[in-house]
Amino acid sequence: MDFELILRITPFMAEAAWMTVQLFAVTLILGLIVASVLTWAGFSRSALLRGFARVYISIMRGTPLLVQLFVLYFGGPQLGLSLDAFTAGCICFGLNIGAYISVGMRGAILAVSPGQTEAARALGFGRAQTMRFFILPQAAPLILRSVGVNAVILLKSTALVSAIGVVELTAAGQRFANATYQPFEALGVAAVFYLALTYLVTGGVALLERRFGVEEGKPS
Amino acid sequence: MTTQTQPMVLLKGIRKHFGSHEVLKGIDLTVERGKIVSIIGPSGSGKSTLLRSINMLEPPNAGEIWLNGELVNQPLTGRAYETHINAVRQKMGKVFQQFNLFPHLTALQNLTIGPIKLKGVSPAEAKVQAMELLAKVGLADKADAYPARLSGGQKQRVAIARALAMRPQVMLFDEATSALDPELVDEVNLVMKQLAAEQMTMLIVTHEMNFAAEVSDWVLFMEDGLVVEQGPPEQVLKNPVMARTQSFLRKHLAS
Ligand SMILES: Nc1ncnc2c1ncn2[C@@H]1O[C@H](COP(=O)(O)OP(=O)(O)O)[C@@H](O)[C@H]1O
Ligand SMILES: [Mg+2]
Repeated sequence: MDFELILRITPFMAEAAWMTVQLFAVTLILGLIVASVLTWAGFSRSALLRGFARVYISIMRGTPLLVQLFVLYFGGPQLGLSLDAFTAGCICFGLNIGAYISVGMRGAILAVSPGQTEAARALGFGRAQTMRFFILPQAAPLILRSVGVNAVILLKSTALVSAIGVVELTAAGQRFANATYQPFEALGVAAVFYLALTYLVTGGVALLERRFGVEEGKPS
Repeated sequence: MTTQTQPMVLLKGIRKHFGSHEVLKGIDLTVERGKIVSIIGPSGSGKSTLLRSINMLEPPNAGEIWLNGELVNQPLTGRAYETHINAVRQKMGKVFQQFNLFPHLTALQNLTIGPIKLKGVSPAEAKVQAMELLAKVGLADKADAYPARLSGGQKQRVAIARALAMRPQVMLFDEATSALDPELVDEVNLVMKQLAAEQMTMLIVTHEMNFAAEVSDWVLFMEDGLVVEQGPPEQVLKNPVMARTQSFLRKHLAS
């Protein structure tokens, strides 16, 4: 193992890791917005909105992420939608991870006992108020867990944007591998960075879970 | 109609079906202000569905529900319906077999959230009123406890207090003591008797014939979506006329 090479490329890889982090952060925020909208649509009284959410989720979950990325990035210009690679990556991954997160949100909401809705409605709370004051607070721990799991998957999926020319961790690793003919060291450094970032994300989620997830009162 | 003479709850020809299964086949019922009506009957006879339709958790397919002179099931849609129904529900307290306390809120918060969010009562005022109610059900010392820390009997007493916190005109009880260990039944019954003594109008679905006999002004025996027999408790529970009531009571008192 060539430690000198590792030391030499690490600063450049750190820069590439920053790109990965940016991609991850923007995508996660976008994904959370998409997930919230999808979840809301999924519980809507309008059959049209519910249908939209269902079809959208099945498309996102039923096709490879890489194909979705190619369709948006290479196919977009055909429809007059020319995006730079970073933007295309953020939008594509956000739309995709949002579908996955919304599935977790929906499950978390459905896991709250129907008796809770019944009690809230019987008191005179409306649908939206019932969701806000009673259902979401109880679903929050499960929602957080699902966001955490999907965030880790997302972090690793960002590697796919290397295929459209964004120089993030994977692309940088590949470039050094090609330039030095020492792929083990170059991509190994990338892998270590991914591992460290994954620990940061899971650690952050665990922190949030401790802060919000653990409730004093659990369903009786 | 004047407020003096109109009943607190008036049901006319309530019908409800789930798909092709007709669960309520035309129920008429009058509950005068301050009276206590108990509904008994075998499991599956439609007692819960009837209570659920009174506050529109299960809107009936036909018939009229009147609360103190106001038509509950008005033919409204959309936002107008929601607004109307939420306002009407605030006037009816509901107590569930499974308590359904909000586990993420303390006992006190379970009582205050309704008045604060729905009636615009100030948090300070809501707290004072809630503490009075908790004291009334004997749980002032549990104000800051979460439901998970309470026994079944204590949970149900908090649940009753939560319903009372909205200052309802009528209370609906759906087998309030059925999920309780036998030794915890009395403490809940005691609270209900106390309410009865205060002239609260109550509709009580129960399996406890002795309790029904003790507190009720009127008893309905339901079977298969119909009222088979009704009358004062001395009649329905002690000297029923209908054969089906007799056989139900025989089974029930034997077990
Ligand atoms: N939401 C529902 N969907 C379909 N059937 C229902 C529903 N709620 C109640 N039922 C049926 O209606 C009948 C009466 O139920 P219920 O009112 O709970 O009876 P009771 O409270 O007297 O035991 C039962 O046969 C039950 O299966
Ligand atoms: Mg029942």
